[in-house]
Formats: sequence, structure tokens, C-alpha cells
Amino acid sequence: MKFAHLLAASTLAVMAAAGAHAKTLVYCSEGSPEGFDAAPYTAGTTLDASGKALYNRLVEFDLGTTNVIPSLAESFEVSEDGLEYTFKLRPGVKFHTTDYFTPTRDLNADDVIFSFLRQASADHPWNQYLPGISYEYYNGMEMPALIKDIEKVDDLTVKFVLNRPEAPFLANIAMSFASIVSKEYADQLEASGNMAALNSQPIGTGPFKFVAYQPDAVIRYAAHDDYWKGREKIDDLVFAITPDPAVRRQRLEAGECHIMPYPAPADIEALKGNDSLEVMEQPGLNVAYLAYNTTVAPFDNAEVRRALNMAMNKQAIVDAVFQGTGTVAKNPIPPTMWSYNDAVEDTPYDPEGAKAILAEQGAEGLTMEVWAMPVQRPYMPNARRVAEMIQSDFAAVGVNVNIVSYEWGEYLAKSTEPNREGAVILGWTGDNGDPDNFLAVLLGCAATGDGGANRAQWCNEEFDGLLQQAKVTSDQAERTKLYEEAQVVFKRENPWATLAHSTVFMPMSSKVTGYIMDPLGTHNFTGVDIAE
Amino acid sequence: MIRFLVGKLAYLIPTFIGITVVAFSFVRLLPGDPVLLMAGERGITPERHAQLTAQLGYDRPVVVQYLDFVMGLFQGDFGTSLATRRPVLGEFFALFPATVELGLCAVILATIIGIPLGVFAAIKRGSVFDQVSMGAALVGYSMPIFWWGLLLIIFFSGILGWTPVSGRIDLLYFFPNGTGFMLIDSLMSGQSGAFTSALRHLILPSVVLATIPMAVIARQSRSAMLEVLSEDYVRTARAKGMSPFRVVGIHALRNALIPVITTIGLQIGVVMAGAILTETIFSWPGIGKWMIDSISRRDYPSVQGGLLLMAGVVMIVNLLVDLLYGVINPRIRHS
Amino acid sequence: MTTKPATTPGPLREFWFYFSENRGAVIGLCVFALLVFTAVFAPVLAPHDPVHQYREFFLTPPSWEEGGTSQFLLGTDAVGRDILSRLIFGAQQSLIIGVVVVTIALFGGIILGLVSGFFGGWVDAVIMRVMDVILAFPSLLLALVMVAILGPGLMNAMIAIAIVLQPHFARLTRAAVMAEKNKEYVMAARVSGAGKLRLMFKTILPNCVAPLIVQGTLSFSNAVLDAAALGFLGMGAQPPLPEWGTMLAEAREFILRAWWVVTFPGLAILITVLAINLVGDGLRDALDPKLKRS
Repeated sequence: MKFAHLLAASTLAVMAAAGAHAKTLVYCSEGSPEGFDAAPYTAGTTLDASGKALYNRLVEFDLGTTNVIPSLAESFEVSEDGLEYTFKLRPGVKFHTTDYFTPTRDLNADDVIFSFLRQASADHPWNQYLPGISYEYYNGMEMPALIKDIEKVDDLTVKFVLNRPEAPFLANIAMSFASIVSKEYADQLEASGNMAALNSQPIGTGPFKFVAYQPDAVIRYAAHDDYWKGREKIDDLVFAITPDPAVRRQRLEAGECHIMPYPAPADIEALKGNDSLEVMEQPGLNVAYLAYNTTVAPFDNAEVRRALNMAMNKQAIVDAVFQGTGTVAKNPIPPTMWSYNDAVEDTPYDPEGAKAILAEQGAEGLTMEVWAMPVQRPYMPNARRVAEMIQSDFAAVGVNVNIVSYEWGEYLAKSTEPNREGAVILGWTGDNGDPDNFLAVLLGCAATGDGGANRAQWCNEEFDGLLQQAKVTSDQAERTKLYEEAQVVFKRENPWATLAHSTVFMPMSSKVTGYIMDPLGTHNFTGVDIAE
Repeated sequence: MIRFLVGKLAYLIPTFIGITVVAFSFVRLLPGDPVLLMAGERGITPERHAQLTAQLGYDRPVVVQYLDFVMGLFQGDFGTSLATRRPVLGEFFALFPATVELGLCAVILATIIGIPLGVFAAIKRGSVFDQVSMGAALVGYSMPIFWWGLLLIIFFSGILGWTPVSGRIDLLYFFPNGTGFMLIDSLMSGQSGAFTSALRHLILPSVVLATIPMAVIARQSRSAMLEVLSEDYVRTARAKGMSPFRVVGIHALRNALIPVITTIGLQIGVVMAGAILTETIFSWPGIGKWMIDSISRRDYPSVQGGLLLMAGVVMIVNLLVDLLYGVINPRIRHS
Repeated sequence: MTTKPATTPGPLREFWFYFSENRGAVIGLCVFALLVFTAVFAPVLAPHDPVHQYREFFLTPPSWEEGGTSQFLLGTDAVGRDILSRLIFGAQQSLIIGVVVVTIALFGGIILGLVSGFFGGWVDAVIMRVMDVILAFPSLLLALVMVAILGPGLMNAMIAIAIVLQPHFARLTRAAVMAEKNKEYVMAARVSGAGKLRLMFKTILPNCVAPLIVQGTLSFSNAVLDAAALGFLGMGAQPPLPEWGTMLAEAREFILRAWWVVTFPGLAILITVLAINLVGDGLRDALDPKLKRS
């Protein structure tokens, strides 16, 4: 790659010409952020640029794991009944000082209460500070039903009172939507009538502070000098927005950026072969599945579902469609998640056996629909091809498949209709690493019905009972046991065919040190350094 | 002149109303529901769906929505982007300078190369130069520019390494976004090398975008020049022994340029359409790319506002060309 | 328009005389004929099935390059399909696109133009304003939005492009009708009691055929280009259909690794469009008496 060297050389020359010895890390990000307030948005691209870079939360995920550890809260206590969470705030936490805001005080309880209340209450003056805004994560994680009250005990103590015990609560508020913003800054903006600036000129406590954003081109951050965990090793962080994976690769190879997400699967071999690059990889926190409608005959019969799963050659599907970027799934949760039950045995690939069961159950010569989503998702590179392979596998056991597809929005809506006939290919990417976020959201009884995410319409008393029990138990070891048992029930009942977990790749310059991949799929640059 | 102007405007008003109807109704016809896309795999309860739809105002009768949209336009309100929650007008003007910079460079490039090429080809009619340049113009005119852009990237960025792969300037330069025109901003920033970097980023996209207009202008200049050269007064001037340079330079060229100006004006629409492709290939952060993104994420207000604004720009440019034409050629005004 | 009514002896011969004087136009016509031949006999000419994936031949270079094989003359693409065969079958798509688009646009445009020019008044005003509206949008953008509404696919792309190109025909027809309407032969026909429809189609239309043919050729090449552009943006023909623009879109990620997957489809588009434009230039020169003289 002669040109790569030339370009790298010219980039270095520019660096020298710029005359600074500032360490700049350039991240070729995959898209523009929708804004810099982490609360109203759900796209990972936006949350990387806001929640992770600019803000902190009361508790956070220990980077590289899905464990929750204290952050802005130095410590916290949970009451016996699991209804009261008391957070002791860390003293002396500084907000960013920028050319548009200079904080006069440190973080206190008012900031925390403001950050939650503006999402909770429709009459809060900040609830609609941007027209038509909605807080999808706050609602999606059922916070309105869960949080009864938030009290300021003293300047550095906040108490959350819940309506019911909820073990995943801590994991929920470790998510980006619960980022703490500065109330002092908000008050100042409200007084000057420029409330929209909360979203376009953000102030947080996080490792980096906002410098500038040119839409569709570049976001610039600088290290937060007074960061409570200590200043970052790099001086500047640049997000070079590059939506096309081929261009991202070219820029990485040309030295225009140091690190990039989401390489094209076809490029991974070549990237791994490049000596000046390093490719990190990790199983993604996701699952792709085929959901039968368990309320419609003959799919209400667990034996029929098992037979169909036996007819499916999942290894061949994963090999052909994921091409080395995925693994066969046997459980509805990914292997990186705590409580993953490795003892569960997957339904074997056995077309003959499948045929026999189908005959036994009187379901031979079945004709069914398989729905293939029209878009690529992180957990599914090509649903159409998966559907075609399922079609030929099922044909081998005498089941006739028609492949159906709709426009993506319509697909999402129609697939939740309770009377749907077909089996649906879909998937899920975890939000907070809690098994409840997969099992209850996708397979719980509450999620059945029109508009719910339980596309199998599967409401199994035994399974749901285990989930409910785990939800009100705060001891993690005990919860683990309950979820492991739930996975056994799941496999016995086969409401889905679990298809695959995709692998996430992160190519970077070998000069980059200290980057840790997040199993939750976010991109964090704290602790990263560039070797000279 | 005023009557001419008023007459033109009278034509534009119904057209403009038509444009608002098209922009509005096309967006309503787009399949897909932004609320569903926002909810994603999680799904959304019918109640919450209704609530969000109402919040966005999509539950009102279509006519009311349309009138609301038009009333908003008079107050400079083009709606709020569903993706960013920022005013569409603001989004548009944040990206517009990038497109204008690219488009302007392309049109200038096309003009300063196209006109001389056409004029010389006409003067040396039938010569090798005429044949080669007009052949090249026809090739340029037939060029699929998205492919042409890829070829240039392979050659100049890939093999020679002379130009960068994409973007507007090297990331290491940073200065405030004053005019939005990278060439001017980089010059004003006073940082050494910034201007050259911006220029290097601009070269390939402008060449690609200039290709078709350049070919059209060259062909048009040639035929306009041929026509003028065959007219009586030019023949007379020649016969009187005026130097060929003066004949061409003073008499012929001035008259030949009149139709060429119209051609250049008409190329603005071509450039706008070409910008969609060029910006996609070179990751150029302009409105063409923004429109494509907005369509794919069903950002109704952005698509609607963007369609309207782009059509508005084409309309205004065409009006200006008409006016300019009227000034240069007074005969038009009275006919 | 001084073209005589079609009764003058030998108009075709006269036309061919002028047309064949233009060397470029004749070359263009030959290339175009070759293209039609390729499209018609694609199944015979193509060495391979255009959608068959040879799993052991991913991104094989053309046969003359190192690593190439004579089995795949122009190499294979990312999933092992023979590029030459895809190009040959792609000729079918391009010709279909051109013919369908021009037919729809021509018919729509002629009818609107005839009605508009003949009836005048508010009918004319409404139709022409609608045409202005369509022309006010950058054509590719309008086509893009229409395809987004109708759903991606070749047929929808063709419809969208036809709608975008159609105003040119309407305007031309209308202008010709306005010019012809008050001429003696039309008056004569009208006096002799010819019906409106008959007047429009049998008397006036044949006299504005020349500019329509020129515009039709132009639109043919525009249609091929625009359809390829839509395919390139992922909104035209859908894979695995071997459409040249779609092939380019799929090839984009390999531009620095496999030049052949990018180069050949584009070249095919360029040659096709160039040939049609050459023919168009020749037609214009032969049919337009004003330019004929110069």
C-alpha cells in the first residue's frame, strides 16, 4: 500500500505544521449524532458521542464488563424491602469549563434530581425544551411506573423511592439516558432563553468536554482537565464522521484515523493481515432469532416447534451469512452476559428426526411463512439469505416456506400483531447487560400483545414466574440461578429458533493502547493513549 | 423592466404553491412510520404510539397539517427534524455552504474551460482540435459521474496518493466555522497549510461535478459561436479587414455568450442533482448527502423542507438567469 | 418547422443522406446495433449464468492479469459471479430501461402537450404549471423520492424517471402545436370538418415528430444514466439482477482492491450512453434544417 504511506506521511507533516504536541486521537465514527443530550436519544452512535464521552452517571458499568460500579455516587445503599435506593454523591466533582459556560459550584443533589425529573414529569419546564422530544429510554425501561419519588436528603445525598422492588434498577440507571447534566447550566440557559443549547453545547462531568461539531463531518472534544478520575492521557478526541465502511477502512489505512467501528465483514481478513493495524474482537451483546407465533396452530405445539428447529442447519446458516463474524446461538442471551447457561444443550440438527416428529404430530406437509427483515442490523447481516436457507432446510422435511418481507417500520409493527401467522426473523441488542433486559423484554408475559416485543406471543407460567422472582431478588447469585433455570425452560419449549450472536470487530492502529471493548457495544475512549 | 419582473413572479407563485404541495404530499406518501422506527425492535404499545404521533402532530387532518406547514413557511419555520430536533432551516444552512462551495467551484471550472474550448473549436471548425475537443465533450456529456468519481479516487488517491480519500479538510486543522466556505475559512484562520489542504480536498469532487456542465457549455459555446460567425455583420467586419482577433473578441464573442449564460444558469439544476452523487462518493458533508440520509431514516420534516429549499434555490437561480438575460438582451423583454 | 408533410418523395432517403454524412453518428448506430444484438442473444453469448456464484472464485482478476483465469475473461465479483456474463445480461436491462422510460415519457408528454397546446386557456395553464413544478426539482432527487415512495426496484425506478423526463416532451409538443395550430393546412382541415381528436393526432402531430425524435434519443441516454445512478444509490434494480449501476454500487467497497469490478460496469454505461448520444447528434443534424445549413 504505497499510497497509505504517502498519505500517512502527509498527515504527519500536517501534524508537525500545526505546531502542537497535543496528542489527538481520531475515531472514524459511523454516523452523525442526533444531539449531545443523552436522554432523548436511543441510537448508539449518539450515545457514544454524548453519554460516554461527555457525561457520568450515578453508577456505571465497569468498562469491559456488565458489572455495575459506583461512579458519581461514591456509594449507595438499598433498603431491606428493595424500595429505597440512597446514593451518597462524590464530593468535588467538577463540571466542564468551556468558552460558553463556567461552573461556579461542584456537582450536587440538585443536578441529579434535575436530570431525572425533566424526563419524568411532563410539566417540567425542561421536558419539552426541544419541540416534539420524547424520552424513549426512560419510558422503555419503565421508569415512570417504577420511580415513585426522588428526594434530596442533603446536598450530597439523593434517595430514590420505588413503587416495587426491581433488581435491574441499578443497571438501568447506569445507562446513558440517566446521565447527569448541570442544573446550574440549565438555569443559566433558561434565563437567557437559549434552552436548545443544552443539546447543542453540552456540559457534563465526563472525561472529555465538547469543543465543536460540524454536522456530518467532525466532532471535537478536549480532555477535561479537572476530571474527577484524573485527566485523560490524550489531549484531543476527534470523531471523524465516516458512514461508509469502505471509506472508514481507507482512512484507517491511510493514517487519517486511529480507530474505527463496524468494518465490513469482507474487509476483516485484510485488516487483520495489515501489520500496522490491530483488530480487537468480542462477541456482541445480541441475539438473532426466528420467533414462531406460539398462539397459532400448529405452532402452539412445542413438539412442532422443536421439530422445525431440528430441521434447521444453523451452523451452515451462520457460516454462509455471517462469514466468520458470528457464532451459533443456543440460548436467548449472549455468552458474555452473566447467568448464561452453558449447560443447556442446543436442539440437534436432525432432519430425519424432525420429519418423524412432524408426522407424529400430524403436521407434515405444513405450509408456513417466514418473515425476513428488509434491513441489516448489528445482529443480522442478511435476513433474506437466512430465510432462503431456512426455506431449503424446511423443504427437506416437507415443510413449504413462503418468504415474506415488509418495509422496516411496517415489519416492526406487523410482527407484533397477535394473530400473525408466520415466523419472524428478528433480533435484539442489549441495553444494560442485565438478563432481564433480554428475557423479560423479549419473552415475558407482559411483552405479549399488540406492540409488545414478545414476537413469539409466548407466555409460559413457569418461565415468567422465574423472571418475576429474579426481578425482585437483589442477590446476584440467586438471580443467576433463576435465570439459568429459565433458559432450560426456554430450550424445552422452543418458542424461538435461536440463530446467532454476531461478533463485534474494532480495527485500530497498533499505536493505540489501552482501548477496552465494551460488551454493551458502546465506544469509550477513556484510558486510551497513543504511543509515539 | 419592472413589468417583466412582475410577469415572471406571477408565473412563479403558482409554481411555488405546486412545489409546496409536492413536497408535502410526497413526504406523506413515503411508506414507513417515524414513530415505529424510533421504537425499533423494542416495539411500542398502541397507546404510546398514538401519544407520540399526536406529539408530532401527525394525527391531525392532512389539510390542517398542510396549512400549518405553509403558514410556518411564511414565518421561516420549515419544521423540526425528527432525528436531531433542530430546525430544518438551521440544518439546511449548516450544510448548504459545503454544497455551494463545491457547486460554485464546479460551475467556475466548467465555465473557464468550457467556453474557451467551444469558442476555439468554432473558430478552428473542422480542425483536429475541434474534433478532439468536441469528442471529449461528448464523452463528458455521456459520463456516469458516480463511476468517474470512483475512477479518479482509484487513480489519484489510490495509485498516486496525491489527493485525500474524502472529507473537506485534514482533521488536524481546526478553526471556527466562519463563512462555512472551507476555502475562505481556512485562509482566514491563518494556519499554514490549511488552505492547501482544503484545496486538495476540493479538487476531485469539483472535477467530477464539473464534467457534465463543462461538456454542455463547450458544445453550446461552439454552436452559438458558429451561428454568430456566420452572421452578416461579422462577415462585413472581416471583409473590412478587421483583425480576426478583434472580430472574434469584440463582436462575435459578446453576442455568442448570451445563450451560453442561459446554459450556465440551467446547469445549476444539473449541479444540484450531481451533488447528490458526488457528495455520496466523496463523503462531502453537504445537502445532497443529507437528503439521502433523511429519506432513509424517514425524517419527514427534513425531506419536506429539503425538497422545498432545493427547488427554491433552483427557481431563484433560474429567475436570476432570466433577469440577467433580459438585461443583456433587451429584445426579450418586449417579446 | 419546415418539414413537409410526409407525402414529399424520399424523405427517408434525404434523412439518411444527411445522417450518414456524420461519421460519429454512424459509429454510434453501429455500436448501438451491436448492443441490441448482445441483449437479444445474451443467453447464447454469455459464457456463464449471470447470477451463479462460483464459491471458489471470489474476486478473480481478469484473465490477462496475474491470478486471472481464462474461465472468467473479465474476472469475477465479490461473490464469484462472472463479470462478463453480468455485463452481457446488463445490456438487456439498460435497453429495457431506455425503451420503457422513453415510451412512457413520450406518450404521457405528447398527450399532455397536445391537450395543452390545442385547448389553451386554463387547461394549458394548469398542465404547464405542473410541468414547471416537476422541472423545478433536481431530477435525480425527485426520482429518488418517488422510488422511496413506490419502493426500490427497477420497474419503480423506470416509472419515476419517466415522470421526471416527461415534461420535456410535453413542452416540445405544446410549442409545436402552438406553432402549427394556425397554419393554413390545419385551418383547411378544420374547415373541412375534421374532429378535434383527428386534428390533434392525424394532422398536427406528424409535423412535430422531428424534435420529438431528437428529444427521445436524448431521454434514452438520460434514462440509462439516471437508472444507473438510482441503482448506484441502492434505489434502482435490486441485486442479484445484473444492472450496471447496481453492480457498481456493490463494487464500491472493493475500489482499492479489485479495480475490475468497478471499471467494467461503468465503462459499459459510458459506451452505451455515448453511442446513443452520437446517434442523437446525428439525428438532430439530419432532422433540423436550421443546423443543416451551417
